[in-house]
Amino acid sequence: MNLLVPTTAEIVEKRQETRQIYTFRLRLRDEALRRSFQFQPGQFNMVYAFGAGEVPISIVSDPADPQLLDHTIRVVGEVTGALGRLREGDVVGLRGPFGSAWPLQEARGKDVIVVTGGLGCAPVVSAINYVVKRRADFGTLQILHGVRTPKDLLYHSRFRAWRRIPNTQVHLTADQPDPTWRHSVGVVTNLFTRIRIDAHNSLVLMCGPDIMMHYAVRDLLSRGMPAQRIYLSLERNMKCAVALCGHCQFGPTFLCKDGPVFRYDLIKLWFQTREI
Amino acid sequence: MIRIDRGGLDALFQALKNRGFEIVGPRLRDAAIVYDRLDSTADLPVGWTDRQERGSYHLRRRSDEALFGYAVGPHSWKKYLLPPLACLWRARRDENGVEFFSEEPRPEKLALIGVRSCEIHAIAIQDKVLMGGKVVDPIYAAQRENLFIIAVQCAEAGGTCFCVSMKTGPKATFGFDIALTEVLNGEGHYFTAEGGTPCGEEVLLSIPCRDADSAEREAAERVVERTARQMGRAMDSTGIKELLYGNLEHPRWDDVAARCLACGNCTMVCPTCFCTNVQEVSDLKAEETALQRRWDSCFTMDFSFIHGGSVRSSHKARFRQWMTHKLATWIDQFGTSGCVGCGRCITWCPVGIDLTEEVRAIRAPDPERGP
Repeated sequence: MNLLVPTTAEIVEKRQETRQIYTFRLRLRDEALRRSFQFQPGQFNMVYAFGAGEVPISIVSDPADPQLLDHTIRVVGEVTGALGRLREGDVVGLRGPFGSAWPLQEARGKDVIVVTGGLGCAPVVSAINYVVKRRADFGTLQILHGVRTPKDLLYHSRFRAWRRIPNTQVHLTADQPDPTWRHSVGVVTNLFTRIRIDAHNSLVLMCGPDIMMHYAVRDLLSRGMPAQRIYLSLERNMKCAVALCGHCQFGPTFLCKDGPVFRYDLIKLWFQTREI
Repeated sequence: MIRIDRGGLDALFQALKNRGFEIVGPRLRDAAIVYDRLDSTADLPVGWTDRQERGSYHLRRRSDEALFGYAVGPHSWKKYLLPPLACLWRARRDENGVEFFSEEPRPEKLALIGVRSCEIHAIAIQDKVLMGGKVVDPIYAAQRENLFIIAVQCAEAGGTCFCVSMKTGPKATFGFDIALTEVLNGEGHYFTAEGGTPCGEEVLLSIPCRDADSAEREAAERVVERTARQMGRAMDSTGIKELLYGNLEHPRWDDVAARCLACGNCTMVCPTCFCTNVQEVSDLKAEETALQRRWDSCFTMDFSFIHGGSVRSSHKARFRQWMTHKLATWIDQFGTSGCVGCGRCITWCPVGIDLTEEVRAIRAPDPERGP
């Protein structure tokens, strides 16, 4: 695929997840490109809405079936607004995949702790499904997810399905619960008391707002988790996705090339400094 | 090394035109020396020089008829290699959906005349940024292949120049097809020239010239030696990466933030700043749209905007980003500093922020912490 110019992709399915969040299932029109497309969990595509522009969106579907690419998009700005107005059968532009992936090889044989907040669960879905499909290759899978309000919870059926997987736990929490909420209350870091953290044999995959990750990293470190086994997926302004436009710089790294998934100890200095 | 007399330079222009090159180089416009198309040597800023200081740039008449007797102005060659506005691709919408068309680069055969040593280093740095990675910028790469570079050894250091301390000048030692030294002394007005490539050698042989004698060679050497001694400024870049990485919260960032207007002038005049943004330009029927790339600046709020706000919302964070990128993170990214000591950011800063002074301030032992 030409990494600089989008190619046409059709919206095969559009699913509304919450009031503002949709999951689009995309299929590349060009058959040769569709057959050769491969990605790893954690990577993202640039998705283009005609006349509006491109946005980086992580791929949430299964890397074993790269002919159908799922992207979960929250309508927050001009481009995502234009994408949100599209319907099944409409087309978008797509180029990718870009960026680094979750360390799933390194995670083999280890416990996997997933810590996410809000829409941060999307970039990890693909990794969770990877683990679930190869369940025996990994230790305990503990999924911790926080939302602001129960209405912000997406992937209900996925979370329900993961609960039923052997040796897998799902812990949900909401900052502002309503009477229907059956799960925990408070910020996601509160959930750390409810899980088992084997500091010597675990790997953390984390994605969410910077402030959430800041506190989550601090808590995990204080619970003995080594910095080099905590992985974060970050978000920054991005235009070209090929390390030419300069927008996604984060200290000495380019998020589009060196990230979005980073090993915490390698970016610690920058992550701990405000407004990098 | 050969000697060309003043008239030989006109022959050089003609030789380049005969080979299909458009000539671009320094000329006077809007009370500054900028880079633009040149028809003949008469278009050069003959007999002009400049006075540069922090936040100040003035043209002055010279007492001679030198063609290259000034330092660098607000333009840099990046405007030809990385155009301020360029179309990346087009999209067309019809009943079947959307189709994409890549835009083929349309490089021009350009002969750049008057390229200074710092600028050759700047081009070499942009080569690494835009052609050294996994994905190459096709517009830059196509234009890069269509350049004929005529370096001019600096005979005047500007008040804000600090190439000697950055080891980027004043003598051009690589990256040119031809290097000229302009000599004006009791013996007259002439140029010494050396070819840097077979193509440059060939052009030189086609114009009236003769071998330079030892006195002429020496005179040419003295020109750059004198310039090296005239540097307006210096920057100690020893361990600069560690220095800046270790001082991301230095109080000096607040101090400079109180002065910085976040206007982005420094990024526009910098010969290595490469950041760009994209915008959609659509026809009125909204059937066809072009994705245009344009120069951007890390000093804008939009630059780091993600939903919810800008990551670098303070002037402090934006100045720190620019300076630590230029001088420190650039080294990790591309194996070289992003600064060539040309001094443009100092001259063209409307409030006279001086990069060399900011580095000195961060390097100085903190009086409150003790030595």
